[in-house]
Amino acid sequence: MVGIPTVLHVGLVWIPAVLTFYLSLNRWNGFRLSQIQWVGFRNYNQLFTVFEKDLYEALLNNLWVLLALFFIATPLGIFVAYLLDKELKGTAVYQSLMYFPVVLSLAVVGFIWKAVIYSPRQGLFNTVLGRTEEGNQIDWLGDSSFVIPFIGDYGLSRNFLAIILPMIWRHVGYIMVLYLAGLKSVDPALREAAAIDGASEWQTFRRVIFPSLKPVNVVIVVITVIEALRVFDIIDVLNNPIGTDVLSLLVTESIVGESSNIGRGSAYGVILLLLCLVFVIWYLRSSFREEDS
Amino acid sequence: MLTTDRNRTLTHVFLIAMVVIWMIPLVGMVVSAFRPFAETATDGFFSWPNTLTLDNFRDAYERGNMGRHWIVTFAIVIPSVVIVLFLSSMVAFAVSRYSWRFNIALLMLFTAGNLLPPQTIIQPLFQIYNRVPLPEFPLYSTSGELRGSLIGLILIHVAFQSGFCTFVLSNYMKTLPKELNEAAVVDGASLWRLYWQIILPLTRPALAALATLQFAWIYNDYFWAVVLIQQGDDLPITSSLGQLAGEFFTDDNLVSAGSLIVVMPTVLIYLALRKQFIAGLSVGASKG
Repeated sequence: MVGIPTVLHVGLVWIPAVLTFYLSLNRWNGFRLSQIQWVGFRNYNQLFTVFEKDLYEALLNNLWVLLALFFIATPLGIFVAYLLDKELKGTAVYQSLMYFPVVLSLAVVGFIWKAVIYSPRQGLFNTVLGRTEEGNQIDWLGDSSFVIPFIGDYGLSRNFLAIILPMIWRHVGYIMVLYLAGLKSVDPALREAAAIDGASEWQTFRRVIFPSLKPVNVVIVVITVIEALRVFDIIDVLNNPIGTDVLSLLVTESIVGESSNIGRGSAYGVILLLLCLVFVIWYLRSSFREEDS
Repeated sequence: MLTTDRNRTLTHVFLIAMVVIWMIPLVGMVVSAFRPFAETATDGFFSWPNTLTLDNFRDAYERGNMGRHWIVTFAIVIPSVVIVLFLSSMVAFAVSRYSWRFNIALLMLFTAGNLLPPQTIIQPLFQIYNRVPLPEFPLYSTSGELRGSLIGLILIHVAFQSGFCTFVLSNYMKTLPKELNEAAVVDGASLWRLYWQIILPLTRPALAALATLQFAWIYNDYFWAVVLIQQGDDLPITSSLGQLAGEFFTDDNLVSAGSLIVVMPTVLIYLALRKQFIAGLSVGASKG
């Protein structure tokens, strides 16, 4: 009963994960298996020298996504969940509408924003700014100059910021639903006790409710980090404009075509894998430890 | 009471403002999809609609060859959801109803597997798919190998999603009374009967919630299809959008209409089964 699903899951998920590591230590163009050539850490060496610009740009972009989701979308989602938990009139309607974007795939979300918000000739932003005339338009998805310069040649490009906005838009609803489920499970006695002690609303949330929701908090951190690391669809569907590379795109860039370089692509994949595993292991430890107690 | 009344009003104002802002892209999509390009090109999307038309939908449907993409989509999504729920429920049954040695390890393996970004395994998976031959079968296997076949896509969806489903289902099954097992043993029921006739029917709410969620997730898949499918015609509809991007480049009304067609099934399911949808996510998160 357990055999077939386990074989399938291990065979198609975990064995490839291990093979990614193996391939990252080899040179291979993807044709004959006999051409696989052991090169040790040379691929990594190249990533941190020759392809340093690609790697750091991608890592920084992943970091921007993470910061935006973590410090803007997540608190906003928690705040909305907190308000909805008060069970005012219309809660169900607010919740359903806020959750709507989560139902859509990020690829379609990219398409919708490209047309409705960023269209140079007729989109919302240029209409509001009065810049819809030919020659006067702002090309939101094409401008790769920096809004926030970082160190040296690195920074947050304008078009990447334009791609982050829809991600925030979608993430808020996701967090809201997860947190609302958590809030519903909070023992009402906790709130009453805090009220009797004369705690303000903010104090009650900060000192009583938030800490009691540790399992949900952990889930939210993990989901947010993984979302930020796996982002791919929305950028790819918008044809990956200059300045918008992320780690997942670097992994897949070298899969097909003449220049396919399996070793280097796998090395990018391993970096992505290691970053994820840190959080996955942290999550497993915290959630399965509770199970035991 | 005055302050709580004011607080309540403020809360409503805030929530309404949030919802209005959040709906702008979606309302914009619907409205622009119904308006001719010539009109919005001069007035912008956010102007009073004078003419409403279905032309954009017809164009998007025809130019995007969407009839074909629909067939492919459902040929992938429906079997994937059925198989993943069936297999995951068996693992969840074994893990949650019986204590044996590798219990927790197995559950951890599945849980962790579903958290890995697909890109971390795509390089070797692609090479494996390239090398596994597959007998020809209409629609499902036309490339002669796993890569480029719908079977290959179904397999990876099942393998990947089984992580999340096993996790959620085992959490749910744990809450069913242990006495059911004992009663079944006393009655001499086989393991299979206990699973199929007793536990599985009781798990129906969780299965329903997961089915809606999985439908949406697999339907919404972009990555696996874009990388593993070779023929443009074999792409499911969400991932066929990439192709349309080039085609519709200058006509944003067509992009809107195309997007609206593509999101229709998930939106309808969401509207009809909102509770299951949200329950599926919450069950997975709040416990564990």
